[in-house]
Amino acid sequence: MSARISGAQTDAASVQTADAKARRRASSARIPIVGVIVPKRQLVVSAALALAILLLAVVALGSGDYPLSLVEVVRAVFATDGGFDTTIVLEWRLPRVLVAVVFGAALALSGAIFQSVTRNPLGSPDIIGFATGSYTGALIVLTLIGESYVSTAVGAIGGGLISAAVVYVLAYRRGIQGFRLIIVGIAVTAILHAFNTWLLLRAQVEVAMAASIWGAGSISLVGWDEALPAFALLGGLALLVIVLAGRLRQLELGDDAAKAHGMRVEPARLALLVVGVALIAVVTASSGPIAFVALAAPQIATRLTKSAGLPLVASALTGALLLLVADFVAQHVLPAAVPVGMVTVVIGGLYLIGLLIGQARKPL
Amino acid sequence: MTAPRLHADGVTLAYDQRVISRGLSAEIPDGSFTVIVGPNACGKSTLLRSFSRLLKPSAGSVVLDGKAIDRYKPKEVARTIGLLPQTSVAPEGITVADLVARGRYPHQNLIRQWSSTDEAALWAAMEATNVQSLATRQLDELSGGQRQRVWVAMALAQETPILLLDEPTTYLDIAHQIDLLDLFAHLHREGNTIVAVLHDLNHAARYATNLIVMKDGEVVTTGAPRDIVTAELVSDVFGLSCLVIDDPVSHTPLVIPKSGQWQD
Repeated sequence: MSARISGAQTDAASVQTADAKARRRASSARIPIVGVIVPKRQLVVSAALALAILLLAVVALGSGDYPLSLVEVVRAVFATDGGFDTTIVLEWRLPRVLVAVVFGAALALSGAIFQSVTRNPLGSPDIIGFATGSYTGALIVLTLIGESYVSTAVGAIGGGLISAAVVYVLAYRRGIQGFRLIIVGIAVTAILHAFNTWLLLRAQVEVAMAASIWGAGSISLVGWDEALPAFALLGGLALLVIVLAGRLRQLELGDDAAKAHGMRVEPARLALLVVGVALIAVVTASSGPIAFVALAAPQIATRLTKSAGLPLVASALTGALLLLVADFVAQHVLPAAVPVGMVTVVIGGLYLIGLLIGQARKPL
Repeated sequence: MTAPRLHADGVTLAYDQRVISRGLSAEIPDGSFTVIVGPNACGKSTLLRSFSRLLKPSAGSVVLDGKAIDRYKPKEVARTIGLLPQTSVAPEGITVADLVARGRYPHQNLIRQWSSTDEAALWAAMEATNVQSLATRQLDELSGGQRQRVWVAMALAQETPILLLDEPTTYLDIAHQIDLLDLFAHLHREGNTIVAVLHDLNHAARYATNLIVMKDGEVVTTGAPRDIVTAELVSDVFGLSCLVIDDPVSHTPLVIPKSGQWQD
């Protein structure tokens, strides 16, 4: 044995190394500039998802009461004369399509971060109290101040952040453990749920109606004025995710290994959770709570890419596609238009059932 | 005599209010294969954790190259001291090469993500631990012994002159234990300083150039195994009556227990 590891490289060992290097080159690709090595399967799946998003986006831009063919859509997008088609496509339909894509990606990223930090597929921000907390915030604002886009958004962000902070503090004991975070989050969600119901019962009928519409989660009312600030914020957050991605990969190895590699574990985890909460906060503020995208997209992306750990880029693309599909169904497939949040709940329910069946079939 | 690169200087080590060691001092001689031994819960892993910056002393300091270890940037320490933790987790489905590559983290930054230096260190670490042929295999498919070698490779990829090992041979069968210890001895001969926590006294006596014997959070004695391992020491530290003879193969002390039906 000692002969194999000591002394000069034997021929057999260098042949083994050469073989292994060839196998690694065959299965992964090096991204230029940053130099990161990524499994090829991940690249292929990501490209396919991006293509599907593009195609569905064009179809969605052409769908509606005034249908346009694919060619007409493309012509309208690139036309400079500003005809009626262009107005419909760029002013009416494009914001909604882009919102679906960007918000879906943001929700999925948030979910991937939370699930990775908590090491649990259920550790999604909507399960651990954030969405319910933002609903509480929006309800309080609607009851006290009345309905306006800005105040509801501020209330939602405030409520979400406060409930996330409460969950974090309650779960903190010499650092954060994923499982404790989830259990505390579920408890806080239950309390907030009861509180929300109480608020709705006490509220005037009109307020309760408005609150219920907001609470269903819809992107139909988001125009360019609301979308652009949200896009800017989400873009900034996405940059932070890129900066923090390496730390996320280290956290997957356990706290001891991450620390031994020279990482400040607790600050990194807090930064990741803050970015994760901020991502979902911006989305929720604009659209109301949209369930299940954060929960399901990272898991679907992991299965599609067969990647180790949750793939961030593929998760974001899956989330974008999911929300785009859900919004298309909500607008054009169902006999009457419904908020997209309802469609994602149904899709999410089906997904969970599928997951449970898959788990039950797995040999123990 | 100049102080060694790494030493603990009157450290008090505690988890919350539970004090494990008080005013503990210990030195890791440069270029040594130091093994920390002692009964369960004597604080040996705790001492190792303080050496690797995982546990911050509540008093005193761990000193690296003349400066308290917590005054360095964490990544700077991680380029000098590597650690094989007692337990590690890996994301499901990760390949051996991808896992070992994560040991390069202290050498990377936002701009320099992965370079040819990293790639070279990755393959050198896998060759040293003889896992290069497993590079594209998934960690979950490997045997316990192979997996532990992969974790060692991840620590080696860090390319640190000092390597700390927290119970590296636990849960392995005897052949794999010896296999790993031979690997550590080889790394030691190549000039690395190795510090390991081991349970097996005979393995410690065989491989260590320097022993740190601990009991109840204190260092009982230190020195070369041949000089310090005696029946009195074992009975004093472990409460075990035994016979210490010369190992006919390695000519190091060999501890033969005399308990139960074999008592005097």
